[in-house]
Amino acid sequence: MSLKQKVAIVGADETDRIGIIPDATPIMLHAEAARNALRDAGIEKSEVDAVLTCGISGMASTQLCEYLGIIPKYTDSTMTGGSSFEIHVEHAAAAINAGLCSVALITHGETGHSGRMRRGPRGGFFDPTLPAMQFEVPFGVGGAPSAYCMAAMRHMHQYGTTSEQLAEIAVATRKWAQLNPRAMMRDDLTIEDVLSSRWIAYPFHVYDCCLVTDAGGAVVVVGAERARDFKKKPVWVLGSGEASTHQSLLGMDDITTTPARYSGKAAFEMAGVTHDDIDVVEVYDSFTYTALVTLEELGFCAKGEGGPFVSGQRTAPGGDFPMNTNGGGLSYTHPGMYGMFILIEAVRQLRGECGARQVPDARLALVNGTGGTLSATGTLILGAD
Amino acid sequence: MAACGGASHKVTLVMSDYAKPLPSPSPDTQPFWDACKRHELSLPYCRACARFFFYPRRFCPRCFSWDIDWRACSGRGTLYTFAIQYRPQVPGFTPPYVTAIVQLEEGPRLLTNLVGIEPSPETIRCDMPVEVTWEDATDEITLPLFRPAP
Ligand SMILES: [Zn+2]
Repeated sequence: MSLKQKVAIVGADETDRIGIIPDATPIMLHAEAARNALRDAGIEKSEVDAVLTCGISGMASTQLCEYLGIIPKYTDSTMTGGSSFEIHVEHAAAAINAGLCSVALITHGETGHSGRMRRGPRGGFFDPTLPAMQFEVPFGVGGAPSAYCMAAMRHMHQYGTTSEQLAEIAVATRKWAQLNPRAMMRDDLTIEDVLSSRWIAYPFHVYDCCLVTDAGGAVVVVGAERARDFKKKPVWVLGSGEASTHQSLLGMDDITTTPARYSGKAAFEMAGVTHDDIDVVEVYDSFTYTALVTLEELGFCAKGEGGPFVSGQRTAPGGDFPMNTNGGGLSYTHPGMYGMFILIEAVRQLRGECGARQVPDARLALVNGTGGTLSATGTLILGAD
Repeated sequence: MAACGGASHKVTLVMSDYAKPLPSPSPDTQPFWDACKRHELSLPYCRACARFFFYPRRFCPRCFSWDIDWRACSGRGTLYTFAIQYRPQVPGFTPPYVTAIVQLEEGPRLLTNLVGIEPSPETIRCDMPVEVTWEDATDEITLPLFRPAP
């Protein structure tokens, strides 16, 4: 039994403000994004009977349902970092298709910028005997930049990927941001600028790294039979897949891979489309490297050829491979678990709502979230009528 | 730091002048840390697979056999990958410092620090030979670090 075209996304929106929001907490952003996404769909809160979320607390969906005043039939607090929300869409599709619920609300909200100093280590859940606390943190590996850079280094060594090729992604993504008035970083950026910028963690320059912002987003998913009853045209979930291969980099046999090879394959098989059919690609760019390696793992190019693939500003506006069209985590916004925002951008592209950055005739979009240390991915293939 | 989430064993925090975070050994990892204290690199070995694995568990994550023993390793390997951290990613670390994943000749990989070399993109190369060196952080904890091998 396939979930192909069994559900559609009928509402998608972000918080009113994104970027730096000093006067908000994460759960406030969840609520505001939920209001905006429901308004986008024309659905009342009272119709929501499923809530999928994470990142608020250990019992995220229970906490949010109380806060919003929802008594759900179905909840899911699956937490796979930045890929959580792609995976929530798949889980919502399964639950709706099984008859467990009919209107699923998926929410995100984080104050990665303003709330940083108030957040406890590891989100408040913290066991000092966890593997990472014994075998990584004592050696100075903590946040994402300190881990992803080591994966990138091996990729550069093994396949000859260069800093210039990584910079191609930073520059192309900035060009998309320049077409998006809500993007945080809109100044001109050249490959030379990237290469001459300071190191965060060699081989990553500062422009290889995503922003740290405040933002929230939400989407609303309903079953196929109701999909055409709402304000906006439905965006169909045609294919989905999820996978995780490890938590720590030490759990990877080959550090130059990601589980997108599994989640992507599942999504393509379900959707029954090929890579050439995809009109627009939205992949998590926590770092330039994350986007590059994800394109390889999804099969858009051969393993190790991500560098040549993205060269010549191929992913920029006007290039033949439109990618990260909102300006990405690199230049648009990145509150921590950015996967919600690639999902929202794909919906907007398929609805034709993107103005200056609209990809002409976008009918099929691929979304790939990546969470943890390249640990867990969720891939969606979305389509417009 | 405090344990939560129903940890069933007592967590002892070691206080000292050492400024970086220290590991809190758990029952399944204690033999590894005990050996480090003796300046021995000892890793869990699955008798069913005839293979080492890391990090320590009471079973083999590959075949799920619980027939495990601990065997000494040479402390030699190669630099699978590395990064030069220019920002203090963990409190107590003074940048620049080199984080590394070492491929041990016995098979497993360790995440560690590369020391005894200038932290520079010009000097450090993937696959260079490395060997273990020991940092006695406290009376209780010794960390396995690595340095270039001759
Ligand atoms: Zn085994």
